[in-house]
Amino acid sequence: MAQARFVEIGRVVYANFGPESGKLCVIVDVIDAKRALVDGPTTGVIRQQMPFSRISLTEFVLPIKRNQKSANVAKSFDEHEIIKKWNASHAGKHVASALRRASLTDFERFKLMVAQKKKSLLVKKEMKKIKPKH
Amino acid sequence: MVKWYPTEDVQKVRVKRANKPSKLRGRISPGQVLILLAGKHQGKRVIFLKQLEGGLLLVTGPYKFNGVPLKRVPQAYTVPTSTKVDVSGSDFSKINDAYFAKEKENAKKTEEAFFAPKKEKKPFSDAKKAMQKSVDAGIAGKITDPIVKKYLKTKFRLRNGMFPHTLKF
Repeated sequence: MAQARFVEIGRVVYANFGPESGKLCVIVDVIDAKRALVDGPTTGVIRQQMPFSRISLTEFVLPIKRNQKSANVAKSFDEHEIIKKWNASHAGKHVASALRRASLTDFERFKLMVAQKKKSLLVKKEMKKIKPKH
Repeated sequence: MVKWYPTEDVQKVRVKRANKPSKLRGRISPGQVLILLAGKHQGKRVIFLKQLEGGLLLVTGPYKFNGVPLKRVPQAYTVPTSTKVDVSGSDFSKINDAYFAKEKENAKKTEEAFFAPKKEKKPFSDAKKAMQKSVDAGIAGKITDPIVKKYLKTKFRLRNGMFPHTLKF
């Protein structure tokens, strides 16, 4: 349990399902065992309830109070440059690349396939040098 | 009121609808790469040249790249991609539906003709070969990027995790 992420007031979460999917928001209060009150004034998420099944916890936590006003949540969000940090983070990059992959055209997918084949060929060549021959 | 029935059965006259040629889909324009969905060449990526009078699309491989000749294809059996190739250097204005008409054979159906061994297939006309070459030369000459050449040579293939309704073409 080295880097456990907890559901807490101020935890920045990523909505990965539902109408707000793809957006970052902040846990402002916990309603019950299944739902939280989230708010994302700078990312376009209206203050609303959200089931935990729809969100992924990110590594970022904001020092806000329970039921903090939206304006102050926005202030804290911007102060800590969460969007910038999210885009640079491992999870944020993964999300961005998944979106990119989904929007590839047929020709781009083909170019990707050719590039991957080239890469794997190089890798196999090097592997052959390392592996002992049977 | 009770429905009125005629005393004699009258055949309902069906108005024969004029067969309208299909409208060209928005994204398809000359030079567009299409994926053929049916027939011998299914999966192949071909280049759209123009829509013929009957509504079918005129496409070409080019023949040297993927073995698809000048061919007519119904629009419903193609998937347009967003890739376009320059076809301005190619002249295909003379090709129309009449170009593809089968040569009529004056064979009378006699008894001996029925039992005679089947005639050999007529070889592909030289005029058509020449037309193919000239049309393709104008297109292939402009394709300099080897990746585009490879793209036209390769067939489209669905793999695990690829769902057509989520794919962008």
